[in-house]
Amino acid sequence: MTIFNDIGRYLLMIKGMFSKPENHKMYWKEFIHQCTEIGFGSLGIVAIISVFIGAVSTIQTAYQLVSPLIPPSTIAQIVRDTVILEFAPTLVCIVLAGVAGSRIASELGNMRVSEQIDALEIMGVNTKTYLILPKIVAALLMIPLLVVISMALGIWGGRLAGTAAGILSASMYDKGLLELFVPYNVIFALIKSYVFSFIISSIPAFYGYYVKGGALEIGRASTKAVVVSCILILFADYILSALLL
Amino acid sequence: MIEVKNIAKSFDGRTVIEDVSAVMKAGQCNLIIGSSGSGKTVLQKCIVGLFEPDAGEVMYGGQSFTKMEREAKTEIRKEIGMLFQGSALFDSLNVEENIMFPLSMFTTDPHKKKLDRVNEVLERVNLKDVNRKFPAELSGGMKKRVALARAIVLNPKYLFCDEPNSGLDPQTSLVIDKLIKEITIEFNMTTVVNTHDMNSVMEIGDYILYMYQGRKEWEGSKKDIIFSKNERLNSFIFASEFLQDAKDMRMLEMTGKIPNIRNMDHLTGGDSPAI
Repeated sequence: MTIFNDIGRYLLMIKGMFSKPENHKMYWKEFIHQCTEIGFGSLGIVAIISVFIGAVSTIQTAYQLVSPLIPPSTIAQIVRDTVILEFAPTLVCIVLAGVAGSRIASELGNMRVSEQIDALEIMGVNTKTYLILPKIVAALLMIPLLVVISMALGIWGGRLAGTAAGILSASMYDKGLLELFVPYNVIFALIKSYVFSFIISSIPAFYGYYVKGGALEIGRASTKAVVVSCILILFADYILSALLL
Repeated sequence: MIEVKNIAKSFDGRTVIEDVSAVMKAGQCNLIIGSSGSGKTVLQKCIVGLFEPDAGEVMYGGQSFTKMEREAKTEIRKEIGMLFQGSALFDSLNVEENIMFPLSMFTTDPHKKKLDRVNEVLERVNLKDVNRKFPAELSGGMKKRVALARAIVLNPKYLFCDEPNSGLDPQTSLVIDKLIKEITIEFNMTTVVNTHDMNSVMEIGDYILYMYQGRKEWEGSKKDIIFSKNERLNSFIFASEFLQDAKDMRMLEMTGKIPNIRNMDHLTGGDSPAI
C-alpha cells in the first residue's frame, strides 16, 4: 500500500507544481541558481568520468578485437556508439542521480525539517512551484547539455587512450568515427537524457520535500532518493531502448 | 481578530486537539500554553493553515480561512508573519536577503526602498551591522530577532510565534518577549504566542489559553491566573515552590491575603495576614 500512497503523493506533488508564480523575477533567480548548481556543479565529475569511460572503452574493445580481418577503425565506431547510446546518457545520469539527486533531496529535506518550507508557506509562497519546479526545469535544461559534453569528452578520451597506447593512430580513429554514423543515435540519447533528467530531479525532490523527522531521516531520504532514481533510470533505459531502437 | 471555532485534529486515528474554541483580539498578546504534547503547536498550525483541521473553522477578521480557496488563503497569508521555534531562516541567504525575501516576492519596490525597510526592521529589533552575516554566524537570540524582523517586514496584521524563547537564556528571552509585546501594541497586531515559559505568560500574556491533553482547559488573563482555582493550570504554571511563592507574593500585593494554607512566614517575615 505504501508504494501506491507514494505514487499518489508524487503525482499530486507534480500537479501542485503548476501554479502561477508569485514573482517571475524571484523564480527566474531560483532557476538560474539551480542551473548553476546542477550544471556547473556536476561538470567536473561528468568530465572526469566521460574521459575515462571513453579511454577504457577503447582499450577494452581493442583487447577483444583480435581478428586481423577487422580494421582498427572499427574500434572508434564501437567506442562512439557505446558512448553515445549508453555510457554518456545512462552512466552519467546514474552518477548525476548521486551527485545532483542527493543534493536536491538533502536540501529540501533540511528545509522541511528546519521549518523553512513552512516559513515559505506561511508567507503565501507555493513551495512546490518555487522549490521544485525550478529544479526540474533546470535539470531538463542542464543534464542533456552535460550528456552532450560527456559524449564529446568520452569520444575524445577514447582517441587519447587509443593513440597513447599505440592501438590506433589519431587519423584512423577519426576516420572510424565518421564511418556508419547514425545521427538518430544522438537523438535517442537525448530523449533518454530528458527522461532521466526528470527522474533525477523529481524523485529526490519528492523524498526531500516530504521528509519527516531529523538529520537521520534526511540522510535516509537522500539515500532512498538515489537508489530509487537509479532503479528507475535503468528501468526507463530498458523501456526506451525496447521502444525506440 | 482571530476566531477559532470548535477545532479538532487527529493524526492516524489519534486525536491531538478536540473542540477548541478561542477569540484572539487585535493589539494584544494571545498566549497558548500547555505542557509538551498538549496540542498547542498543532492548534497554532491549524490556525495558520499548515494543518487542515478535521472539524471546526478558523476566522480571520470575520472571514472563514478554513473554507477559503487557495488563492484567497494566499492573500490572508500575506498578512501573516510567523516566528518559528528554530527561527527557520534560509541558510543560503544572509540576514539582509532573508528579511528582504518577502519584500522581493510580494512587492515591486525598488531595491533601495526594500533595503531601507530591511534596515528599519533590523533597527526595530535592535540589531546592527549584521546585514551580511549568514544564519550560521548568529547566536540563538540574534536568529530569533532576525526571524522576527522577517516576520514583520511586510507589516502583517497577524503575528504568530512558536516557542519564541526556546533555547534562549532568561535575559534574552525577556528581550524577545518585550519586543513581541512592543511590536504587537505598536502595529496593533493580533499576536498568537505558543509557549511554556512562565516568564512570558506573566510578562506579555493578555489572553491566555491553557491546553491540556488536546482540550481547552482554561482561558483568561494573566491576572486571572493568579486567582485561578484550576488545579491543572496551577500545577502547570506554578510548578516549582519558587513560582508558587511568587504567585503568593503577587496575591499578597493585590489582595492583602493569601487564600491557601501555605506557610508564608519565610516570605513575609512572620507577618502573614490571616487567611
